[in-house]
Amino acid sequence: MIKAILIFNNHGKPRLIRFYQYFHQAAQDTSYCKAEDMQQQIIRETFHLVSKRDDNVCNFLEGGSLIGGSDYKLIYRHYATLYFVFCVDSSESELGILDLIQVFVETLDKCFENVCELDLIFHMDKVHYILQEVVMGGMVLETNMNEIVAQVEVQNRMEKSEGGLSAAPARAVSAVKNMNLPEIPRNINIGDINIKVPSLSPF
Amino acid sequence: MALKIVKGSIDRMFDKNLQDLVRGIRNHKEDEAKYISTCIDEIKQELKQDNIAVKANAVCKLTYLQMLGYDVSWAAFNIVEVMSSSKFTYKRIGYLAASQCFHENTDVIMLTTNQIRKDLSSPNQYDTGVALTGLSCFVTPDLARDLANDIMTLMSHTKPYIRKKAVLIMYKVFLKYPESLRPAFPRLKEKLEDPDPGVQSAAVNVICELARRNPKNYLSLAPLFFKLMTSSTNNWVLIKIIKLFGALTPLEPRLGKKLIEPLTNLIHSTSAMSLLYECVNTVIAVLISLSSGMPNHSASIQLCVQKLRILIEDSDQNLKYLGLLAMSKILKTHPKSVQSHKDLILQCLDDKDESIRLRALDLLYGMVSKKNLMEIVKKLMIHVDKAEGTTYRDELLTKIIDICSQSNYQYITNFEWYISILVELTRLEGTRHGHLIASQMLDVAIRVKAIRVFAVAQMATLLDNAHLLTGNMQRNGICEVLYAAAWICGEFSEHLENPVQTLEAMLRPKVATLPGHIQAVYVQNAAKLFATILKNQEGNTDSTAAQETSQMMIDRLPLFVQSANLEVQERASCILQLVKYIQKLQQKDVEVAEEVSALFAGELNPVAPKAQKKVPVPEGLDLDAWINEPPSESESEDEQPKAIFTKEEPKHSRPRHTEVDEKELARRREARKQEQANNPFYIKASPSSQKVYQEAPGVEHIPVVQIDLSVPLKVPGLPMSDQYVKLEEERRQKERAEKKKKEKKKRKEKRSGRGKKHDSGPESEEDITPAHVVDIVTEEMPENALPSDDDDKDPNDPHKALDIDLDKPLADSEKLPVRSHRAAGAPKSSAEDGEAENATPQEPKKKSSKEKRDKKKDKERDRKRSKEEKKKKKHKHEEKEEDLLGGQAEEPVVQSEEMKEVEAQPTSTSAEEAATVAEAAPAPEAPAGTAADSEPEEPKDTETEESSSKHKKKKQKKEKEEKEKKKKKKHHHHHHHSDGGGEESVQNGTVEEEEPLPPMSNYCLLAENSYIKMVCDIQGNLQDGSQVVVSVIFENKSDSFLKSMEFNVLDSLNSKLQRPEGSGPHDGLTVPFQLPPGVSNEARFVFTVQSIVMPQKLKGTLTFIVKNEDSSTHEKLDFKLHFTCTSYLITTPCYSDAFAKLLESGDLKSSSVRLEGVNMPFHHLLARICFHHHFSVVERIDSCASMYSRSIQGHHVCLLVKTSGQTVSIDAKCDEPTLLGNVLDEIKQTFSQC
Repeated sequence: MIKAILIFNNHGKPRLIRFYQYFHQAAQDTSYCKAEDMQQQIIRETFHLVSKRDDNVCNFLEGGSLIGGSDYKLIYRHYATLYFVFCVDSSESELGILDLIQVFVETLDKCFENVCELDLIFHMDKVHYILQEVVMGGMVLETNMNEIVAQVEVQNRMEKSEGGLSAAPARAVSAVKNMNLPEIPRNINIGDINIKVPSLSPF
Repeated sequence: MALKIVKGSIDRMFDKNLQDLVRGIRNHKEDEAKYISTCIDEIKQELKQDNIAVKANAVCKLTYLQMLGYDVSWAAFNIVEVMSSSKFTYKRIGYLAASQCFHENTDVIMLTTNQIRKDLSSPNQYDTGVALTGLSCFVTPDLARDLANDIMTLMSHTKPYIRKKAVLIMYKVFLKYPESLRPAFPRLKEKLEDPDPGVQSAAVNVICELARRNPKNYLSLAPLFFKLMTSSTNNWVLIKIIKLFGALTPLEPRLGKKLIEPLTNLIHSTSAMSLLYECVNTVIAVLISLSSGMPNHSASIQLCVQKLRILIEDSDQNLKYLGLLAMSKILKTHPKSVQSHKDLILQCLDDKDESIRLRALDLLYGMVSKKNLMEIVKKLMIHVDKAEGTTYRDELLTKIIDICSQSNYQYITNFEWYISILVELTRLEGTRHGHLIASQMLDVAIRVKAIRVFAVAQMATLLDNAHLLTGNMQRNGICEVLYAAAWICGEFSEHLENPVQTLEAMLRPKVATLPGHIQAVYVQNAAKLFATILKNQEGNTDSTAAQETSQMMIDRLPLFVQSANLEVQERASCILQLVKYIQKLQQKDVEVAEEVSALFAGELNPVAPKAQKKVPVPEGLDLDAWINEPPSESESEDEQPKAIFTKEEPKHSRPRHTEVDEKELARRREARKQEQANNPFYIKASPSSQKVYQEAPGVEHIPVVQIDLSVPLKVPGLPMSDQYVKLEEERRQKERAEKKKKEKKKRKEKRSGRGKKHDSGPESEEDITPAHVVDIVTEEMPENALPSDDDDKDPNDPHKALDIDLDKPLADSEKLPVRSHRAAGAPKSSAEDGEAENATPQEPKKKSSKEKRDKKKDKERDRKRSKEEKKKKKHKHEEKEEDLLGGQAEEPVVQSEEMKEVEAQPTSTSAEEAATVAEAAPAPEAPAGTAADSEPEEPKDTETEESSSKHKKKKQKKEKEEKEKKKKKKHHHHHHHSDGGGEESVQNGTVEEEEPLPPMSNYCLLAENSYIKMVCDIQGNLQDGSQVVVSVIFENKSDSFLKSMEFNVLDSLNSKLQRPEGSGPHDGLTVPFQLPPGVSNEARFVFTVQSIVMPQKLKGTLTFIVKNEDSSTHEKLDFKLHFTCTSYLITTPCYSDAFAKLLESGDLKSSSVRLEGVNMPFHHLLARICFHHHFSVVERIDSCASMYSRSIQGHHVCLLVKTSGQTVSIDAKCDEPTLLGNVLDEIKQTFSQC
């Protein structure tokens, strides 16, 4: 089972969090701790664990104390500015999950056309929808990229046919509000997508 | 500001959307929190709007804020509102928000049940998909119970997209609602062979998750998985299956043997590293499970180790990591094969990657031997010095201790060296493991008597230099070692060289800064030291020295008396008063030393950690017995809902060792004594006085090491372990030389002999004699303690509840709750469950006290047996294998004890029964449910105490139980492991009827031509009294593609096909799928029926397009639907009291029929009536049975079936005579056909 999927950037800012297990108890004391606080703590802890690792070390490490310790494994990949971290238990194949991350990122790349951190920042909901086609309730749902993309696109078309979420005026206004957007280089796309993956031969 | 005001006044169209919110937050880096709080206020305003679009937008933003750590649970109700929007866009937002922030305790979840059910049955597959995805994240036990049936229906949805989601979510449903596992399992199993690879993969996924936790229940699936493994090309599926086999093999060695070959092939052939790795892993698991005796056993290990070496040598760090991980698994059983790769592993210790170093450390554990321990630890000590991160250093520290202390210090030849290693480790700054070092010091000092002198000296040095340890850090974990040091110095103070100095060190003012519990030990041991000093000094003529010591105590102790720590305070003031009194006596020149040291006389023996738990309950003490009479139980208690799991829980804490008879005790005591006598390490309890140590046994055998010169004992800079390495080398060399000499001598004496054999090759393990003949004292255990290792399983583990036997036929009570208002779905499942109809609960409602006692006896018997089983465990393995090879069951014969405790009645399945089930199972339309369903009792039902009051069978049953007891006793002696099964079959009263039922199916041929075949099953709809559901399986027999299938029926006055709104009365219904060649699929059609008393036939036509590569033709097929009266009946359980009342009421008309020449066992006959005609068995006595069913319009149909020879007479009663007549005719026809 996959217990959690975390995406955060090089500074530890969360870009997507998806917990498949309900973590709510603070580890040290038994006092009740709200799920949101717990989740933030887990993100911080995981970031701390992952960020201090060089890029040329292995992609597995034991979970932090908050997320189940040595029973769970953190399997992550670092793409440009983003960390994709999957927290899994022993029933998952480590290399399989690495490959799943790759599939997920490549799917994002297809859906967003040259995905970069900004896409994830502004379209968290869409990223969730894509993820929902890959992993469901902590179990791998689909690993075929074409199938995933096809399902996502059908649903996007449905959304479009319903007129989408926000009507045109809001878009216009937001264009005006857009003026002082801080410069973010658009070129931080995932260039090194062909990082050597221990091949899980095509599915 | 201005914008805000304008915004408020204009319209909601200026609402921020998600992008605006994100942008805003990025633009307010300085005052983010403030900005967000204004945004939340806006969102709250938006949520008050009626416009669902605005609400959805707000909820979308909340989802983002939730990610940033803001609590959004206050909007839970709004989220539910958005979820229930009819637009997919909004619904999706709602479900996403819900899946992110709902959890089991969210109370609005209970409002969602109907909404979710509606979405699940939505015609739009994406609505269904979104609902399933959302539900998978927040399913609660209530939701699981209410929706299990709907989800199960979706598992046969026409769209693979929905099927795979439905299959996956079933796992979550099982977790939350374990009762659903058995009813849903047959269908889940079917999905393993789904044509869609995605669905198949999902099913594999779910079953693997289930099987991982309770593997023994899934052993029977092994052949199926084996087939999948050899046929599948999907690596995901393969990996999952191979992992599953890894979990199954320990339970079934034969499976392992079968697996080795295909796995080896995969290892050789696959190019995917992930698959290769999992194969190697499973092969390892297989090899572990096969104790030995495989011919090419070592070849497989070699292959694994060799492949792993390739992984470890790879430049990819991930592979290196996994290689080491797998290597450590081999290490446990085949250390030799791993040891040959020591070079590689030691090399990994220097890797730059910490994870890899840690894994390599794990492996070191198994690499050590007496010969290389010192060398390896030396290497580790260098790493300790170099390590930068504290976590890694702490890990190193624990590993060093683990390695050295493993299997009772087996590899340590020189304990002085070990003590100095421990002392060196205390120099680590900021380690968390002070207590670990401390406990090692204590352990070694207590258990290795010969080392005490040395240990005490080292500890004294430590105490003297305590300031170096504590340093400036108060909460430094390392100060824990002072605890050990103080205790050792106090307890073994007679070995101290300079006790006064140590005493002084222990009473320094600085000590008051140590943690309380350490101070307490200081104070207590200062007293012990004091006693020793007095004893030493009193011998002298000079009494002033003794008085000075007392004075020092009196001067220093008040510091501790003022301590804030109660323990310290109490001990200090006690001892202070004592010393004052002693001083008084000293001044009167009274000899006190003897009496003072008597205070601390006696040896403290180490006690095993589990000793307390293992104290047996004395004979005659029944912990379960009431002390006072129990409060009278109210009647209603008997009708408690069945809660098998919760109710049984208290039993787990029940002490197991209640009955140990006198003989057994004596026997064990004897055995223990024997064992102790043979154990060279065991020290017999001696009348303990500390003097004994000085003449400790074996002193003269100690080859004395020249400690005096080379060991820097008195250097405050603490000792160097390295020197011991050198010393040890020298010692060993000397020893070897001596040995050689001796041998030479021998050889000289015995020239003729085969002296050459002893020519010393490389030094073998056994040749190294420890420097100290150490007495490793075994830890104390209470007399009669049982050598059991009770596993402390977490009782809260949700998977425990899923430990359910899946091969048992389904019982009637095991239906998924149906609350659907929809036509389709429900009937199908109820029909499926209904196949196992006869298993009506037959427990008497009110238990007589006698019966209660009986039950208690049963329990006791169980307990006894479980104990006996424990004893026989050793033999069990072989025995089991034998049996398995003889019988053909793929089943673990003996189930775990927990299982038994959960079910109170032992339910282990016997080999024969398993075989029966296995034979019956393959019939696709008659799942295992039919196989043994004529058995009147399910163990589960035995547990639940709800059913009829006056039970005719009670007496009979008791008799049976008596018999069964006797039988069981016999069983016990011969082959105990089959008694569980034997008991069950006797209990069921059908030993002779174990023979399997032929496969049965209610699907009958509807029509067929060269393109297509239609078979159908007709079932009444429980929910709606006027509806009948026809399930039709279409099978494409041709090589062409069939599409645009339309199903149409010519309505009669009485029966009409239900068509969607808006379509005319003669329009056909489109079959919601297309059929590729060779594929079959099922569709359901609902009919409304006015009167159900007569059977009727409807004419219909199926039209479809046959599409070839080049052409497409329009074809049609006519058919006749036959609505029998049977199809209006619905299997309904009925309790015998209700049944009796019904018959007595006199409203029923009776009728009867005789069947001649029926040539089948009675239980087959009943099963057939149950299966084909939807009846359930109310009661069965010998060759007579009463049965019951109900029509969809509520007519009661009661049957009394009697058999004698080949004649079966059926007397029937029903409130509708026409219906009854027709049903009887149909029954007659069923039996005339066979």
